[in-house]
Amino acid sequence: MTRLIVTARDGSRHHVEAQDGLSVMEVLRPLGIGITGECEGSAACASCHVWVDAAWLARLPEPEDAEADMLDCAFNTRAGSRLSCQLRVGPELDGLELAMPHA
Amino acid sequence: MSPLRTAAVRDVAVIGAGPVGLFTLFALGQAGLDALVVDALDVPGGQCAALYSEKPIYDIPGRPSVTAGALVADLVGQAAPYDPLYLLGRRAIGLRQEGEQFRIALSDGSEVGARAVVVVAGAGAFGPNRPPIPNLAAFEGTSLFYAVDDPARFRGRMVVIAGGGDSAADWAVILAGIAAQVVLVHRRPVFRAAPATLAAIERLVQEGRIRICAPRTLAGVSGTGARIEAVHLADGAGGQEEVAADALLCFYGLAKDLSALASFGIAAGAAGIPVAPASMQTMRPGVFAVGDVADYPGKLKLILTGFAEAARAAHSTLALLRPAAARHFEHSTSRGDPAARAANV
Ligand SMILES: Cc1cc2nc3c(=O)[nH]c(=O)nc-3n(C[C@H](O)[C@H](O)[C@H](O)COP(=O)(O)OP(=O)(O)OC[C@H]3O[C@@H](n4cnc5c(N)ncnc54)[C@H](O)[C@@H]3O)c2cc1C
Ligand code: FES
Repeated sequence: MTRLIVTARDGSRHHVEAQDGLSVMEVLRPLGIGITGECEGSAACASCHVWVDAAWLARLPEPEDAEADMLDCAFNTRAGSRLSCQLRVGPELDGLELAMPHA
Repeated sequence: MSPLRTAAVRDVAVIGAGPVGLFTLFALGQAGLDALVVDALDVPGGQCAALYSEKPIYDIPGRPSVTAGALVADLVGQAAPYDPLYLLGRRAIGLRQEGEQFRIALSDGSEVGARAVVVVAGAGAFGPNRPPIPNLAAFEGTSLFYAVDDPARFRGRMVVIAGGGDSAADWAVILAGIAAQVVLVHRRPVFRAAPATLAAIERLVQEGRIRICAPRTLAGVSGTGARIEAVHLADGAGGQEEVAADALLCFYGLAKDLSALASFGIAAGAAGIPVAPASMQTMRPGVFAVGDVADYPGKLKLILTGFAEAARAAHSTLALLRPAAARHFEHSTSRGDPAARAANV
């Protein structure tokens, strides 16, 4: 099992067991912390926008064009902004720290 | 225009002209019912038109590969023999009953009538993606815009354009020759636009006609009454700067909004609209829902599911509106070419 650590908008930290093969969006959606995944992972809605911890950013695959273009339409973006539906859970993500974007 | 003069009345009103709404128009036509369709977008096709018209879809039965745009064009063509009335560029915002008829209020102030309604609202009405900045609404239409209707309005004004796609880039180039100042704000230094537009931006930046603020994001606006005086930008590292401006153009693509349906008495919520799958009827008799917005146990949100639901809803609607009619069933093969039939009436 891969473990993810996500900080919600209220500051609470959630340690989540993530099943390999799912997208990070699919892992976070059931937590009810604001990830809705409206386009079901097709990089077309940004409702799965997360801030990836700076230390982790370089360890993730670069965003594809569709993800980067969709992030252009998201709000409260930062250097660590990613669409969690485009991140696939696997052992290499064990310990990944994420936060829900806010103003 | 008085609502009476613009009011159209058809057997059935379809709300939403996405792929499933378009096939609903065809299915209703096959059932012998006439229909009108309302959509917030200026073009038919829903998500297929607004979000991915160039992408090929591979799971439409009988179409091994078809771009979303081509599928929409074919669906419009398939429904055309039944001459549906398209009311585009307006939202359905209210539903009330008047005797046998439903009256649907539209965002342009008009009203249309129908004896049954099929809601095919997908993930909601498309509209501008508005930044979640609390005081923005006060400036909308005066100094904050999500589209440009009349470029001359910006003559001599200090304009900030937010966004990084075609709309932001195109308008930056056009307004650079009209406005007193054009500041382009984007979360990254890369802009997504036609090569000629990118070259024009580069030239205008060198000439001092466009200033690029990137990477920066919109953090807030301040002003008096309906007039913006400054736009606040965040640098993503905790710092903020203020840009003097009296007009802000935001190009963050489209957002979907289901809230207009909340007052329709059909329990529309975040999960969609609950329906009885055997009829596709909502909790309000005479109002049906199909496509992505229709929710029931086991629902698969696919275009092909929506097509089957549309056929189901058309049969339910016919049974409701023509209860005395013989329940004669005909396959489309027996019914014959819709186009030829249309030409004969
Ligand atoms: C990038 C991407 C790829 C996809 N790929 C596939 C695929 O390969 N296969 C597949 O089956 N599906 C795919 N889908 C999903 C598919 O596009 C949807 O299932 C489909 O569009 C649903 O059709 P619909 O007609 O129910 O709703 P929509 O396409 O969402 O259309 C609803 C329309 O209703 C309008 N509307 C809503 N409320 C109102 C109102 N109150 N007043 C006026 N108008 C209103 C909206 O403006 C919109 O135009 C994909 C989606 C995306 C984003
Ligand atoms: S779920 Fe829509 S972009 Fe990720």
